[in-house]
Amino acid sequence: MKTGNIFQKIFRRQIMIPLAAFLLLAIFNLVADPSFYKITLGYNSAGNPVLSGYLITILDYGSELAILAIGMTLVTAASGGQDISVGAAIAISGSMLLRCLCGADTRSENLNMPIICAFLISMVVASLFGAFNGVLVAYFKIQPMVATLILFTAGRSIAAWINNNELPIVNDQSFAIYGGFIPGIPIPMPFFIAVIVMIITWLILKFTNLGLYVQSVGINEKSSRLNGLNPELLKVLTFVLLGVCVSVAALIKTSRLMTINYSVIAKDIEMDAILAVALGGNALSGGKFNIPASILGAYVIQFLTTTLYKFNVSSDALSAYKAVVVILLVVFSSESVRGWIGGLFKKTVAVKAGKEAKS
Amino acid sequence: MKKRILAVLMALVMVLCVAGCGGGGAAKKGNGLIKVGIINNDPNESGYRTANDKDLKATFCEANGYEASFAYSLKNDEQITYAQKFIQDGVDYLLLSAADTAGWDSVLKDAKDAGIHVILFDRTIDADPSLYDASIVSDMAKEGDTAVNWLKGQGLSEYNVIHIQGVMGSAAQKGRTGALDAQVAADASWNLVTQQTAEWNAEKAQQIVQSVIDSGASFNVIYAENDDMAKGAVAALDKANISHGVGKDVIVMGFDCNKWALQELLSQNWNYDGQCNPFQSSYIDEVIKTIESGSSPAQKTIIMDEKGFDASTITAEDVENYGI
Amino acid sequence: MNENSILEMRNIDKVFPGVRALSGVDFTLRKGEIHALMGENGAGKSTLIKVLTGVYPKDNGEIRMAGHDKPVNIKSPEDAQNIGISTVYQEITLCSNLSVAENIFIGREKSFFTNWKMRNKRAGEILKSLDIPASPTQQLGTCSIAVQQMVAIARAVDMECKILILDEPTSSLDEQEVAKLFKLMRELKQRGVGIIFVTHFLDQVYEVCDRITVLRDGKLVGEYEIKDLPRLMLVSKMLGKELDDMSSIKSDNGGYTGEDKDKILFEAENLSSVEAVNPFDFHIKKGEVNGFTGLLGSGRSESVRAIFGADRVLSGKLKKDGKDIKITKPIDAMKNKIAYLPEDRKEDGIIGDLSVRENIILALQVLEGFFHPFSRAKAEEFADEYIKLLEIKTASTDTPVKSLSGGNQQKVILARWLLTHPDYLILDEPTRGIDVGTKVEIQKLVLKLASEGMGVTFISSETDEMLRTCSRLIVMRDRHVVGELTGEDLNQHKIMSTIAEGEGEK
Repeated sequence: MKTGNIFQKIFRRQIMIPLAAFLLLAIFNLVADPSFYKITLGYNSAGNPVLSGYLITILDYGSELAILAIGMTLVTAASGGQDISVGAAIAISGSMLLRCLCGADTRSENLNMPIICAFLISMVVASLFGAFNGVLVAYFKIQPMVATLILFTAGRSIAAWINNNELPIVNDQSFAIYGGFIPGIPIPMPFFIAVIVMIITWLILKFTNLGLYVQSVGINEKSSRLNGLNPELLKVLTFVLLGVCVSVAALIKTSRLMTINYSVIAKDIEMDAILAVALGGNALSGGKFNIPASILGAYVIQFLTTTLYKFNVSSDALSAYKAVVVILLVVFSSESVRGWIGGLFKKTVAVKAGKEAKS
Repeated sequence: MKKRILAVLMALVMVLCVAGCGGGGAAKKGNGLIKVGIINNDPNESGYRTANDKDLKATFCEANGYEASFAYSLKNDEQITYAQKFIQDGVDYLLLSAADTAGWDSVLKDAKDAGIHVILFDRTIDADPSLYDASIVSDMAKEGDTAVNWLKGQGLSEYNVIHIQGVMGSAAQKGRTGALDAQVAADASWNLVTQQTAEWNAEKAQQIVQSVIDSGASFNVIYAENDDMAKGAVAALDKANISHGVGKDVIVMGFDCNKWALQELLSQNWNYDGQCNPFQSSYIDEVIKTIESGSSPAQKTIIMDEKGFDASTITAEDVENYGI
Repeated sequence: MNENSILEMRNIDKVFPGVRALSGVDFTLRKGEIHALMGENGAGKSTLIKVLTGVYPKDNGEIRMAGHDKPVNIKSPEDAQNIGISTVYQEITLCSNLSVAENIFIGREKSFFTNWKMRNKRAGEILKSLDIPASPTQQLGTCSIAVQQMVAIARAVDMECKILILDEPTSSLDEQEVAKLFKLMRELKQRGVGIIFVTHFLDQVYEVCDRITVLRDGKLVGEYEIKDLPRLMLVSKMLGKELDDMSSIKSDNGGYTGEDKDKILFEAENLSSVEAVNPFDFHIKKGEVNGFTGLLGSGRSESVRAIFGADRVLSGKLKKDGKDIKITKPIDAMKNKIAYLPEDRKEDGIIGDLSVRENIILALQVLEGFFHPFSRAKAEEFADEYIKLLEIKTASTDTPVKSLSGGNQQKVILARWLLTHPDYLILDEPTRGIDVGTKVEIQKLVLKLASEGMGVTFISSETDEMLRTCSRLIVMRDRHVVGELTGEDLNQHKIMSTIAEGEGEK
């Protein structure tokens, strides 16, 4: 009887959802082709050691998604809706970053200003666009998806406009680090950036009341107001934080290719970010949130993408597979199904116990 | 009557750009200029289109004896409205890069009745050939053939190709894929390591190549159907320390001849770039001259000369002249 | 069936799991009369109306209507409409983006095609005959609430209703709008429609109604002609205290003996908010327990919400400890050491999904500011302290507060505010919906806190609770303060007579 309860408890843990998906994919790959897990140490063109293999690719490409998932989780928790302008915002932030790095000359050999300055400027710009979304949602009470539709539609044009529709190309190799490797360290830099963002997030949640305030507002706005909180301001804050995450993701994305293509950079990434939040077991209607689960969700999505690429699934069919994941997710995250699975385990254990008792 | 004036006024407002070359509403007989109305897609659509628009503007100006009006839209119905407006304005030539292949019959008939010559450029339409005087287009299949022939000429003992395709079903994708597919089917020493669409997207191309590298499969050619995707592929190669370019392990091929891509050729990082010629204006100019002289063009469909650039022979001048 | 009657409900029973909502209730409506249905919350008014309109099936009893030989069987709101019973609710249930005419006719088209010209003309006639100031083609949303209310009535009238139920129609109307509505009601009365009028406003009952039926605890108290039932009697019937057996219970509050005993802790002058409270003056002394009393909807909750800044304040000068202060939002009040336990525990009080611990520390955590979260250990310590002090029954501090019983939830919110160590504590219905034992605990706690110097404002719909705890009562009726009672006057009789007849400055 006790064991059954434990199973039920385990199955009700939020982190179980992405973890189960993760294990499922891991086992599938192990059975289908164990070479999936092969990691080799090689040297890149600069002569520095780098690790390569599918797992490394997942850590690498899943990182910007994980960063976005953090911001998206906060926005979801506070406003009970999602920001669908993330991809367009990455285009804007990335465009701003390259504009600062290259200056007016799109082919300049030298950096126009230190990378850190350009990055901070792009971060401010992304935060301002986040604040714009946040104000629409919090003060004008527009549904988040509708409010962010504005930037979703206009964002990529704004990005093109920032650079007069030219395609700036960075030639300075020091910019390649953020989407590549730090000389001497064989693990991709994006993963380290993601870890840094995670640590900062953890510190913020530990040393501020952000978590408590955001959850209160998301669960019961009226009651939060009566407890002295300012729900509008907090909602705007979460959108600004998402903007910061966006600028970090834009840094990685533009660094990978050293250039930007406004119409396709980070295309559809908002859907993956939202999916990561959902896969993390967070209620898309807001309230309580679990950031580690969202991060794991993001890496699981990249795991899925990489697996599909490995099996040579046509990349325009990827979204169909993701849709299947969404369906499974919706079914398995519902209280009743999880309770039922927990119950099933309980039953099996009980039957076993019964048999043992008999014999 | 009032309504009609209003309609004309509205059409006028909708014209995004009225060429600055012409001296106003003066007729051809008055100042000897040939009036052309040019309907094109939005120049911001791509680098190709920007170059295309620039080229047209450079050719059709007063210095060359033209009075040109430009109208841009990515929507077929708006383009048709512009065409009607140009017909009413009494242009001598209507130059058209149609957004969509269908729906042009009636408006082109009007043009014909009004004695206006129609010249299609860049894109063909589904209409009776008698409705237009000439059509100046790229032959995507030929672009593919040129590229594959070039590759054949490299004399590798084995061709293991990563084929990165554009948006499936687009004319460029079909033409450029067809030539490679035919060659792979015909010759046993040609293999496709992977054939995947990256939808013209550099990031996706990077992931596709990354996936092949992770799998450990060997390859020696990257055939990317545009420059952006070739760039993404090269980023993945760089990361894994796989050498590419002239005399290196992997041959890199792209299309469209972006200036930055040709520079990659010039610095020997890539091997080949196939042109998709946006410079139709000289052909159009020639057709107009022929018609003005009283004869009609020898062929209705004129296929433009399109080059393929080889990194070992490209010059800095080529980059300047052909880069878009 | 009586000749004059249009509706007779006999011996109606309705049982919900665990509650006997109606037992043996009779109700009679005559042709061409306005009949008030009165009772405090939970008396069974809305259940009776829902039985009549087919929302709930009745468990027992019969309903007869004029023109029907047999008892009628109303199974759904649609049935009710078909036999001529129409309801107009407090919230407008029409479509504000459609025109007035469309709203009058929507859902009643007999054929698929509609002749809009005819419709608009017909709608115009109806509006005119009822003297409703609206045009048929006007969009409903652009009309005032009162006119929308009237359009809803017009719709009912056009459906040839014989019985019209008006459920709290006046609560969002101003005085002029109410007058217009009453004119329309009298007009319908002339036409022979029987109107059932549900309201909390005593003045309105006496202005427009012919007869009154009073319910209490799901039972019929009686049916009266308006002239036979003076206000005081009505109030006593509603509250269930016969005038004779009202023993006055002296509040034994005198605990606080500090030097500053008579110092005014907080005072408000000419305070009003958007929630339609008429401007009022108020003060509380250190160690004092006072209270707002009045029937439901009289404005007692709105008054304390105005003090706390919970609703947008329109006017008023506030002083705390003799110093001028400004309160425009709750955090201002909290910073001035004022705490407020809201009336609606579920909507305004608890943060359901958060743990007991987080709920307890919330207010103090907000006061501490964004950058000063408590450590987990500190939070546990606070939570444990108050769980012990208030004897909150919870499995652990991690339990989500929504899984606690109502009484324990209330204690969690009380703990939340006590943790902020307020000078002035406002409790709005702290004892509603919780068991008797906890009620007494909370009352004792209130007196104890006051004896330590805290000022407490206590609101309860149970008058004897207030008499036990408060040393001063502010009496409200229809959103006006109509009296203030202290000392000898603190008894049921006086409260009721003040509610019924007290004169406030209007």
